[in-house]
Amino acid sequence: MRKLTVALALLATVVAAPVLAAEVGAKPDRQAWSFSGPFGMFDRAQLQRGLKVYREVCASCHGLKYIAFRNLVQPGGPGFSDAEARAIAAEYQITDGPDDTGEMFERPGRLSDHFPPPAPNEQALRSRFGGALPPDLSVITKARSYESGLAIGLLDFFRQYQEHGADYVYALLNGYEDPPADVEIDGAQAWNRYFPGNRIAMVPPLSDEQVEYTDGSPQTVDQYARDVAAFLAWTAEPHMEARKRIGFQVMIFLIVFAGLLYFTKKKVWADAHA
Amino acid sequence: MSGHETFQPQNKALAWFERRLPVFGLLHSSFVAYPTPRNLNYWWTFGGILSVMLVVQLVTGIVLVMHFVPTSAGAFDSVEHIMRNVNYGWLLRYIHANGASMFFLAVYIHIFRGLYYGSYKDPREVLWILGVILFLLMMATAFMGYVLPWGQMSFWAATVITNLFSAIPLVGDAIVTWLWGGYSVDEPTLKRFFSLHYLLPFVIFGVVLLHVWALHVVGQNNPDGIDVKSNKDTVPFTPHATVKDSFGLICFFILFAWFVFYIPNYLGHPDNYIPANPLQTPPHIVPEWYFLPFYAILRAIPSKLGGVVAMFASIAVLVFVPWLDTSKVRSARYRPLYRQFFWILLIVCIGLGYLGAKPPEGGYVIAARLLTAYYFIHFLVILPLLGYIETPKPLPASISESVLKKHAGAPAAAGAVRSPERNG
Repeated sequence: MRKLTVALALLATVVAAPVLAAEVGAKPDRQAWSFSGPFGMFDRAQLQRGLKVYREVCASCHGLKYIAFRNLVQPGGPGFSDAEARAIAAEYQITDGPDDTGEMFERPGRLSDHFPPPAPNEQALRSRFGGALPPDLSVITKARSYESGLAIGLLDFFRQYQEHGADYVYALLNGYEDPPADVEIDGAQAWNRYFPGNRIAMVPPLSDEQVEYTDGSPQTVDQYARDVAAFLAWTAEPHMEARKRIGFQVMIFLIVFAGLLYFTKKKVWADAHA
Repeated sequence: MSGHETFQPQNKALAWFERRLPVFGLLHSSFVAYPTPRNLNYWWTFGGILSVMLVVQLVTGIVLVMHFVPTSAGAFDSVEHIMRNVNYGWLLRYIHANGASMFFLAVYIHIFRGLYYGSYKDPREVLWILGVILFLLMMATAFMGYVLPWGQMSFWAATVITNLFSAIPLVGDAIVTWLWGGYSVDEPTLKRFFSLHYLLPFVIFGVVLLHVWALHVVGQNNPDGIDVKSNKDTVPFTPHATVKDSFGLICFFILFAWFVFYIPNYLGHPDNYIPANPLQTPPHIVPEWYFLPFYAILRAIPSKLGGVVAMFASIAVLVFVPWLDTSKVRSARYRPLYRQFFWILLIVCIGLGYLGAKPPEGGYVIAARLLTAYYFIHFLVILPLLGYIETPKPLPASISESVLKKHAGAPAAAGAVRSPERNG
């Protein structure tokens, strides 16, 4: 039976790929992200706002299991102080144990804890959404992309564009619209321009003025989406700033080294061509 | 091959050791005094680059293994653990993942360099066949390595590729069950792939030693494809080849670093950041870019068994290239017709790679069939025929003459006789 399933799945991929291929959403627009390009860095305030949006809106359905509260303090991230991160952690109740009597118990979160899951297990989460599973968001901006075509794809190599996932998240959160007149969708679903197949089990999560910003940033769906997409770009790649900084040093070293080797080579070979 | 100098240790202790195990003399004769043709161009630096890439993959891989958990429940999490919590784990993993791509980029350049300059011809047939074996081992290693992060593409690539063996008549299904260690790709598959992914690089290392040994027995080919005749035709490996290879290597590393530090996920597939899910098939299952031409050949044939046979035949045919090419002249520099067909073949291979990434539908399938047919026609028909119908250009009398002419800016010697000892 399992073999048959695999065989059918294979058949589906090899034969029916074109049919499934039609299930793509609209192509998201590219955004001007502070973290794109060779010197792009995260905007600390934006990451802090994005965390706020995640905690107050996304977290009720989506996990962030690879992120610990200590990560909020690490360089290259949202730049919280140790005390601030401890305070955020303490707002969560974490299940720990078993204790000396063998019982599990609840306690306030610590820096070493990870963001708690929205449900104790996958089945519990699915049952809340009629079988649909809200994905964990830790690496979502690396797990989503869109086709740009061969020419743009090659160009992206030179301009180092890697922010497709953030573009997608931002577009998706802004992509809710009324379904076409001839399409009927049930109440548990919504119509989204950018979601593959357009029918998405996530009803519009954001509305204007939903999350309070204290830094004067506009409290709009557009801004919330932008901030949370940036935040999720950081959760997917928490060492990005170190990577680019070291990368620049490595590049300088390699280019200088290559230059020295080139002139050494010229000198060594000068007599070989005479 | 007569060296430029021999190894005479001055140090007493070294001389004592050398009389008992002449390992320094071996290193000296292989990497210092070894005579290398003085007309080698930068396409010849890729052999050294490949050796370094093998070491890079081994070193990063050995450290990654210290943190990796080869279980279906733990593999994906452990890769994220490496990316986040292991000191410079992100660097190790990105070097290793992009290193595989750079390894293949270098090997493809190396193979096409061999095809262009006729490096497979007498007396280098065994050297060439060892290279084809290395290429196969690399493909197996890379495929199994890609499965280890246990993302969606890992899982489904493993399913598709292992299922190819079910095309074998009679015993196919039994073989697939044996490969999987069960009735589907699952933890036993992951564990054996992990074990073999660790083993195979050391097998590659061994075959590389044979490859280098064979190279040092017959000597390097060169852009003119003519034999070394005197000491004037060669320069000692050190410093000449050492410094030239180093320069080539560092330029290659600049490209490597571009990927690792700035676009580390450019060559990867986003679906591989989704944990493996046996119940959900991704809309497109595509292999890594370096397998795409073979994937296109596989899907171009409308029968499963036929596709598998064609795919393996596309590599196997390389083994026979030394005998399929009937021309007496090695280098495409002096083969005006072959040179054109070489470039056509290169474009066809790139075209197959493009088609391998496209869904198997409509015009893409027809194009893939045409290019697949051309790929085999190149090796089985064009290559043997060219030797009979092509009139090669006159070969230079010697490597040194060719180098000196070029640098003096004088035109090539008109009517120079063909290398007489070509078949020696």
